[in-house]
This record gives sequence, structure tokens and C-alpha cells, in this order.
Amino acid sequence: MNIIVCVKQVPATNEVKMNKETNTIIREGIEAIINPFDTYAIEEGVRIKEKTGGKTTVLSMGIPSVADLLKETLAVGIDEAVLLSDRTFAGADSLATSYALSKGIEHIGDYDLIVCGKQAMDGDTAQVGPGLAEKLGIPHTTYVRKIEEINDKYIRCQRMTEDGYDIIEMPLPAVITVVKEINEPRLPSLKGMMRAKRAVVTVLTAKDIGADSDLCGLKGSPTQVVKTFVPVHDVQSEMIEGEPEEQAEKLAKKLLSMQFNTSDSTEVI
Amino acid sequence: MASIKIIKDKCVGCKLCVGSCPFGAIEMVDKKAVILENCTLCSICVESCKFDAIDFQKDEVSNAVDISLYKGVWIFAEQKNGEPESISYELLGVGRKLADDLKTSLFAIIIGDEIENATKKLIAYGADKVIMVEDKSLNYYNDESYTDIFVQLIKENNPEIILLGATAYGRSLAPKIASRINTGLTADCTKLEIDLEDGKLLQTRPAFGGNLMATIICPKHRPQMATVRHKVMKELEPDEKRLGEVIRPNVNIPTDLKIKVKDVVSTITESVSLTEADVIVSGGRGMGDPKNFELISELANVLGGAVGASRATVDAGWIGYSHQVGQTGQTVGPKVYFACGISGAIQHIAGMSSSDTIIAINKNPDAPIFKVATFGIVGDVLEILPLLIKEFKKA
Ligand SMILES: Cc1cc2nc3c(=O)[nH]c(=O)nc-3n(C[C@H](O)[C@H](O)[C@H](O)COP(=O)(O)OP(=O)(O)OC[C@H]3O[C@@H](n4cnc5c(N)ncnc54)[C@H](O)[C@@H]3O)c2cc1C
Ligand SMILES: Nc1ncnc2c1ncn2[C@@H]1O[C@H](COP(=O)(O)O)[C@@H](O)[C@H]1O
Repeated sequence: MNIIVCVKQVPATNEVKMNKETNTIIREGIEAIINPFDTYAIEEGVRIKEKTGGKTTVLSMGIPSVADLLKETLAVGIDEAVLLSDRTFAGADSLATSYALSKGIEHIGDYDLIVCGKQAMDGDTAQVGPGLAEKLGIPHTTYVRKIEEINDKYIRCQRMTEDGYDIIEMPLPAVITVVKEINEPRLPSLKGMMRAKRAVVTVLTAKDIGADSDLCGLKGSPTQVVKTFVPVHDVQSEMIEGEPEEQAEKLAKKLLSMQFNTSDSTEVI
Repeated sequence: MASIKIIKDKCVGCKLCVGSCPFGAIEMVDKKAVILENCTLCSICVESCKFDAIDFQKDEVSNAVDISLYKGVWIFAEQKNGEPESISYELLGVGRKLADDLKTSLFAIIIGDEIENATKKLIAYGADKVIMVEDKSLNYYNDESYTDIFVQLIKENNPEIILLGATAYGRSLAPKIASRINTGLTADCTKLEIDLEDGKLLQTRPAFGGNLMATIICPKHRPQMATVRHKVMKELEPDEKRLGEVIRPNVNIPTDLKIKVKDVVSTITESVSLTEADVIVSGGRGMGDPKNFELISELANVLGGAVGASRATVDAGWIGYSHQVGQTGQTVGPKVYFACGISGAIQHIAGMSSSDTIIAINKNPDAPIFKVATFGIVGDVLEILPLLIKEFKKA
């Protein structure tokens, strides 16, 4: 079975600090990492391949330096790495990203399953997986927490919902996006690390994958950011002092006075 | 192709642009700004420059549509067993305001089986019209059939705005629809307004785990689509006397689906789910032991709330992943959030900082959680929680 895992590079921390005097964002020494959710996608891809045979490929759209990050995935069992890198892709929103990735996937060809992370930590949109499936004209399931069964024709998996899970079956090829619960990613092996060092990442341009530049990057993006700002959390913190009994009593009083109802706990929906 | 460059003669090396870039894509070289290759062409720096030294050439977005042909505000009314989910009422609340500002109608779209009763409620909560598609095969949410039906409705009616909940289903359905009809979609909005000058939808959402807010527009494509975070928008007071129209459109109900929903399993044992709860009591590693989580459940029970957890406790196997709050767990925004023995790492705070009232109980007075707490108690959770439970039981 041939599996393609989509991986995005994100900043290692989400902390956005503001320089109050100049009202500007401070960004110092922020390291780039693989989007945490994508590490579960990589692990799941590798596990499936170990069972069914075939090949795993990681695919990313990003700046040239992402290639180094992709090499790391070869140390945990991925076979090949492909990077779509071209100024034409710059400024892509989730629609243009879905399009570019779908062209990359068609270029790689002969795929059975595409695995994405639930969402990317920088934008948190969770839109690329479903958007990509639609561009490829294949089914998808989001928030997969467990694969119950998979063979080269079909997959049965559990999709996490607010109050439990759905059991979904779909034919392959298909896209899944995975949540953290699905597995625990392995650490790189020594052999893997040596392999990763020597590995070559295939870098492709928009032209290489036959992408229509009108549908890529800023030009292919219907949405536009018009403003960004750092939210001010003006929390009026109040510390509740006293002996434990007093603290509990004072807090309960405060909450109850906020018309916060203690509802009937036997009520079951 | 769009391009951005620094006009060297105009650049005075003030570094304002460096600080304005959310992507760290501008550097100073020989006292002049230089744009690096990780620039995303967001153009935020252009405004920051007081010397007009940044030249940004933006080309027209491709595939623009005639936006004057699109009318009406739509919300997707999620339902379960014929009962609208609370998110549907919240969407009607914000949708009503948008429709009024645009002087247009508010439509609720409901898809399912045995949903007749729900239509009355949707009207009482603000819908002018309800478009309902009812069929036995639609009893469970299915990405494939729901998308097919929704897209037929869009093509037939050309709405200008569509709002969906940023729920498990909404976040799957919305991008599938947007990708099929090639329009923009903004995820997880926390604020929606109409630009009264040009009627555009201004969509504000958190990025970088809530540390940065971004306002997004979709100027040349229609419909303008957004998913909306749960518990952020206010629902209206229902008015049973409100009149509205129920439309049963002629649509093709897809058969022979590729995607099959075999079962829908509910695993929550509490009376309310995490995202629906008005009160969440969360425990962290400071609870010391999985056994002590019983105190968390008990307080949650007394308050009719749900149980949350930090990642540290989930990873330790004390409690299931579905309870995890934070960046790699769920984003919640209850009226009251109790953080018990949780240090307040930014990844945890990212998932709960929009709660109305935050209560932190921690024995370390310097724990970062106190920075976001409305009320803080420095103390031992194992001592404070039983006392709190007693107090609330009295009430
Ligand atoms: C990519 C990434 C994603 C992450 N995603 C998430 C996420 O989604 N959600 C999340 O929660 N975390 C997440 N984390 C982990 C996060 O960084 C923290 O490690 C985690 O939140 C810590 O959990 P904690 O507060 O329970 O434990 P600790 O940090 O160990 O804190 C325990 C606290 O309990 C206090 N304490 C101890 N004993 C007592 C007592 N008897 N009474 C009162 N207080 C006591 C201590 O003072 C301390 O402050 C993520 C990390 C990474 C790198
Ligand atoms: N630029 C990209 N390159 C490769 N994969 C991506 C990219 N952007 C998003 N993805 C994939 O889509 C998932 C969801 O991302 P998002 O929709 O941005 O939250 C990620 O976890 C990745 O698997």
C-alpha cells in the first residue's frame, strides 16, 4: 500500500510576544518544527506500511529549508520525501494549499491512502485535509482516532466526535486526518538517522507538478488577512486568601453571586 | 505573480517592519530591511512602514465571481435526533445580526431525518426561513451526502454568507464544500461583523493558539464561508410567536454512497460534553494520583459540569484523551473553568483562555495559571476541593 503523509513546518512555539513600546511582534530564535499533529500522521503511515508493505512518502509545501525537517522523517521510517517549493506557492490560504498538495499528490501518483494531521498548530484551521480530498475527488474522514481495519481496498476507522466516535467505512484511495490519540510516535533509530543524513529530498516547483499558477499562492487564495493584532487579556486577577475553609467559602460565595447555577446533577442528556 | 520588495533608497533602517511581521520574514542587512523567502505576502509590513519603502504588488485574485448575484445569510443547523444542537442557536444569534445589517433574510439549513419539529425552534430563535432536507438515509451526519446536498442548495440559491459550527462535523463539512465550490473559508471565528461601507464580512479568528488575532475577508468570491467557535456567539431569546417559512426544496438525495457511517457511539458518561458544558472542572498533574480525579468528577457533578484534564494527566493514562483541553486537545470556552493542580503551560492556556471566569487552585504561587485566572487560590487541591464540594452542596 502506498501512503502519502502531508507534513507542515510550524514555529515551535505559539507564543507571540509584543514589544509594548513599538507595538511590534518579538520573534527571537524561534525554531521550526514539524507540526505536532503531523508526527502522529507520520507514525500511522509507517505502521500501516509495516503491516501491508508498500511505500511511505512525506509531502510538504514550504520554503526550501523545510527539506531538512523532512529528512528527519526518514529516521522514523518514512521512505521518501517530496517538497513543493516555489515562490508561486507563497501566500496560499487553505484552498490554494489544498490545490497545490493535490497536484503534488497526483504527480507522485499511485497512492492508496493520504494521512494528514488534524490541524496545523500555527493556523489551527483543520481545512487542508478535507479540502485536499475534495480536490482529488476522493472521500475523507477527519479526526481519526483509530483504524479498525485497512486493506488495499477499504478502511474502517473511528472518527472522534464531541461525545464519542463514529465508525466510518470508505473505499481507498481516501484521505484521513488524525488526532493525537491514534498512536505514540516512535523515536528515531540510529540506522534511521544515518539513512536520513544521506537522504535526498525531491524538490518540485509549480511547473514540475503541472499546477496552474492562477490557483496557487496568493493569487489562488480567496481569503485575505486584513489585520492582525495581539489580544489583550485584561484579567483582573483576585487572589483569595485565608485558611483553606475560608478560601473555599469565599470562592463559593463569589461564584454563586455571579448567578451561576448549580444545576441538577442527575439530569442526563 | 504577486511581489514584495524593499525600496532601498526609501528604507531608513528603522526596523519597524521587522517587528510587524508575524512570520519573522524580514531581516536587517547593512541597515536596510530585506525580505526573506518565508514571506507569505500577507502585506502587514506595508502598513508598518512610515516611509513607503515597501513596494507590494498584488495581482487580482483569479476566478472572481459577480458578487452582486449572491443574497442571504445561511447557517447550518446541526441537529441530533431531530433536536438542534446549541451551536445552531448560537449561529442564528450572530446570523440574525449579520442579516439585519445587510437587510437580507436569515436562512437555517437543516438536513436529517424527522426534523420537522426542529424547524419551529429554528424560527423561534431567529431564522426567517428554514430550508429542510429530510430523508431516512440522512439520519446520521455523512460527509458525502451532506456535502452533495449542501452544494446543490448553494448552486440553486446563491447565498452570500454561510456559517457553520466549528464542531467535529462542521469542520469537516465546511472545507469540503468550500473546496468543491472554490470559495474562501475562515476557520473558528470568534467575531463576525459586516463592514457597513461595502457589506463585506469581517471574520476575526485566533491564530497561533490564540496568541494572535487575525481579521480575514473574502472579497472576490461568494459565498463567504466561516466556521464559528462554540460558546462564543450569544443565542437570542426564543420567540415562539415569530413567523417563518419552511421550504422543502427539490434536491437529489445521493444514493450509493462511498462513505458509510456504520455506527455513532456515545462514550461520555457525564451528563454534558466538554464543548457544551457551562462549567468545566479540570485536573492536572497536581492531583497527584488518578484516584484523586474522583474529586474532580465530584465537583463537576455537583455543578452539572464536565471533566477536563491537562495533557500531562492524559499522557500518564489517568484519564482519556477526549478530556484533554489545550492545543493538542479541545478548545473550550465555558462560563466557569476550574484549573486544579494545572501549571498553566501556554499549550494548555491556548485551549481555555476564552472561558468567562477562570479559577486556579495551585500550591505554587508562581504558577503561570494565576496570570489568566479571575480567582486564584494558593493551596493544596486535595484539601481545597473537598471543602469546595461541601460549599456547593450546601448551596
Ligand atoms: C506540542 C505540544 C502540545 C501540547 N498540547 C497540550 C494540550 O493540548 N493540553 C495541555 O494541557 N498540555 C499540552 N502540552 C503540554 C504542556 O506543555 C504541559 O506540559 C502540560 O499542560 C502540563 O500539565 P500539568 O499542568 O497538569 O502538569 P505540571 O506542569 O506538572 O503542573 C502541575 C501543577 O500542579 C501543582 N501542584 C502539585 N501538587 C499540588 C497540590 N497538591 N495542590 C495544588 N497544586 C499542586 C504544581 O505547582 C504545578 O503547577 C503540550 C505540549 C507540547 C510540546
Ligand atoms: N503546507 C503544507 N504542506 C503539507 N501539508 C500541509 C500543509 N498545510 C497543511 N498541511 C496538512 O494539513 C493538515 C491540516 O492543516 P491546516 O488545515 O492548516 O490546519 C496538517 O496537519 C498537514 O497534514
